[in-house]
Amino acid sequence: MSTTLPHPLHVGERTNYLNADYGWKSWLFTTDHKRIALLYLFSVTAFFFLGGLFAVGMRINLLTPEGIFSHDTYNKLFTMHGIIMVFFFLVPSIPATLGNFLIPIMIGARDLAFPRINLLSWYIYIVGGIVALFAIVQGGVDTGWTFYAPFSTTYSNTHVILAAVAIFISGFSSILTGLNFIVTVHKMRCPGMTWSRLPLFVWGHYATSLIQVLGTPVIAITLFLLGMERLFHAGIFDPTLGGDPVLFQHLFWFYSHPAVYIMILPGMAVISEIVPCFSRKAIFGYEFVAFSSLGIAVLGFVVWGHHLFVAGQSMYASMVFSFMSMVVAVPSAIKVFNWTATMYKGSVSFETPMLYAFGFIGLFTIGGLTGLFLATMAFDVHVTDTYFVIAHFHYVMVGGMVMAFMGGIHFWFPKITGRLYPENWGRIGAAIVFIGFNLTFFPQFILGYLGMPRRYASYAPEFQMLHVMSSAGASILGVGYLIPIIYLTWAWRKGPISPQNPWNAKGLEWEQSPTPPPTFNFDVPPVCTEPAYNYSGEGAEVGLG
Amino acid sequence: MADIETHPAAHAQGLKHHFDDSAQQLESSTLGMWVFLLTEIMFFGGMFGGYTVYRNMYPGAFASTSQFMNLAIGSINTGVLICSSFTMVLAVRAAQLGKKKSTITFLVLTLILGSVFLTLKYVEYYEKWKDHHIPGPGFRYAEPQYFHEAQILFFLYFAMTGLHALHMIVGAGLLTTLIVMASRNRFSAEWYTPVEMIGLYWHFVDIVWIFLFPLLYLIGHTSSWGG
Amino acid sequence: MTHKVVSVKTYATVFLCLIALTATTVGVSRIELGEYNFVVAMTIAVMKGSLVVWFFMDVRRGSSLTKLFVGAGLFWLAILLVFVLSDYLSRGWLPGPKWW
Repeated sequence: MSTTLPHPLHVGERTNYLNADYGWKSWLFTTDHKRIALLYLFSVTAFFFLGGLFAVGMRINLLTPEGIFSHDTYNKLFTMHGIIMVFFFLVPSIPATLGNFLIPIMIGARDLAFPRINLLSWYIYIVGGIVALFAIVQGGVDTGWTFYAPFSTTYSNTHVILAAVAIFISGFSSILTGLNFIVTVHKMRCPGMTWSRLPLFVWGHYATSLIQVLGTPVIAITLFLLGMERLFHAGIFDPTLGGDPVLFQHLFWFYSHPAVYIMILPGMAVISEIVPCFSRKAIFGYEFVAFSSLGIAVLGFVVWGHHLFVAGQSMYASMVFSFMSMVVAVPSAIKVFNWTATMYKGSVSFETPMLYAFGFIGLFTIGGLTGLFLATMAFDVHVTDTYFVIAHFHYVMVGGMVMAFMGGIHFWFPKITGRLYPENWGRIGAAIVFIGFNLTFFPQFILGYLGMPRRYASYAPEFQMLHVMSSAGASILGVGYLIPIIYLTWAWRKGPISPQNPWNAKGLEWEQSPTPPPTFNFDVPPVCTEPAYNYSGEGAEVGLG
Repeated sequence: MADIETHPAAHAQGLKHHFDDSAQQLESSTLGMWVFLLTEIMFFGGMFGGYTVYRNMYPGAFASTSQFMNLAIGSINTGVLICSSFTMVLAVRAAQLGKKKSTITFLVLTLILGSVFLTLKYVEYYEKWKDHHIPGPGFRYAEPQYFHEAQILFFLYFAMTGLHALHMIVGAGLLTTLIVMASRNRFSAEWYTPVEMIGLYWHFVDIVWIFLFPLLYLIGHTSSWGG
Repeated sequence: MTHKVVSVKTYATVFLCLIALTATTVGVSRIELGEYNFVVAMTIAVMKGSLVVWFFMDVRRGSSLTKLFVGAGLFWLAILLVFVLSDYLSRGWLPGPKWW
């Protein structure tokens, strides 16, 4: 049996990482991975709402065919929405918050391998964020978050270089986080924590870290070349000067496609923790889920050309990329099957984290399947650069990743804060998010199929009804996100004190680390004596630990 | 930073509290540095990719521009960097043996050689500037049919060698830090990790040049020495 | 490392090899070999790089994990180069508009 802890003293009576020290210096100069995770949590949430604000502007504009903003302004709105959401929210979201907080505890370590680099990564992220804010305040960028040349290099009159610098800087934050996780998982596991006993949360973040480390440098060099070209106009991406704009797209998407796997793998990692717990059953096919994370990480690097199907890429390269894009769906599907199989004949309960997990599984499946549609070249030709694509990626990113983020925040809220959130409000929030999300984005599949192009500030009148539905959904979705902010903030201060393991979950973080954890995570050096998700109680080592 | 940590272990030199022992810490540092070098491979790789595409696309322009590469400086610089890798590895070895003076000597030699490289690079760049081969409004090219392509190729030349030089400058800064640390007796045969790690970085920067040199200076270049 | 210390002789030998290879690559570049200039130059560069990685960076005595990561880095670089080039090199294969 694994070691479980006795009922603790109340939060505030016992020293934990939150009350171990006070004052702004103890937070801004901390090297405690848990405090750094909270620093990230607040910054990432702030950027989420900022990115959401741009979306609000867009959806208001799209209520009528002519819109209310100028086209230039609209271009800036969707660009900043994309940049903020991708680089300053989605990429860091789960890894830098939940990953930072939980990975050392889950593997039985006192901290990450490089705590000071961890803090540095947050500062770098903040500097990047400030530069991005500065770019916004100076008037924003209108190239789309994809910065396609030669518009971005030659013709745009907006603050392209500032935005590129902001992203370049934030990329280092991502790289350092990934580097830290990789070394930590290799070198800092406690006795008994073999690779085959690692929580799938850790496997997922390990795979994510590989992508971060291997892919991010390429966007860095791409943005560097973009900036240099904008300054010197040598012509590297400019066809009038002998350059190839498609080269920019190759280099850009070499990172940006794996980036979407950086964004989704941590979400899947969270779901892999929630589903076994609320099914009271070990995950089905642990090895398959673990290796599927690695599979997605590797395969994700050889599919980027599916963004270039209509860009002038050769037919033969396109065929290879199309085929590989189908192949990369397989490991994702494996995960969905395994989560479902975990629930089968399990004892399923419907607490808030599990509601978000259900939402994830359903919405990610829809998003993922539509990705297969887009991978099919013949179909892609019709729907590329339409709202179909937008609906696809919002289903996986928002219906998938953001729901996983919400689920994870709720699941580990007691561990992080030592308090319980109000379960009824949690369920209400989840339901509103689910309804709002589908109302926002399902119409967009139809819009895209009917031919509504993306990034258009105005549109033909026959699309208005669907756009109005989508905007209405967006307002509901916004409410759905605000509700948890309110009750989670309340619960942190005033919520009931949490028991050691409110969910009766397996895992070192629940069973061997106090709630909330002390600064070095464990009062007694932990030992792992059983397989992960050992809800049935079998398989534990006897006489050890 | 005011947490009371509770293990009273006798601390080996340089051992940080979250590690169990020095071996774990050293292995972690080494792996961490290699992961970082991995990112550098991909960083330079992106540029090598762009360069390869354009060489493939514009073989005539490429042959034309290669005559303007200063083979003499390029070759000498290659030799200089190889020497600096040699002195660097000897510095690490001296640190491993706990020999403070030798460590500092070899680090200083490495730094000097690195500075020689950067100086010669500066001379090369200055030459290019005089020839109006710096991309931008001042760019001029002798063979007008290759004007645009040559500008792209020179752009890539400056981007690749410039970023490499930037990494050398950072390396020089790191070496200086090591020299200061060594003179303050921070290293011993038990703990000299920073020397080893920065050595890995320095060798990597050397390897980038080992590939840059033939790609930029040697291929398509069967004419005489000098630029 | 907790290994034995490598001898100066080993390092010096590697150093001399590197210098010799550099001289060779410069010399060969003076000879007109057509396509093979590139192949020879890259082969020598790979040999030089390998010597630095294997001996100077001590991968020779390093853990399998280190070797795995070095291999992974090279593999990923290969993915980038091969797949990007696969587009450019295959563009002319279909009849019709070509990249000019």
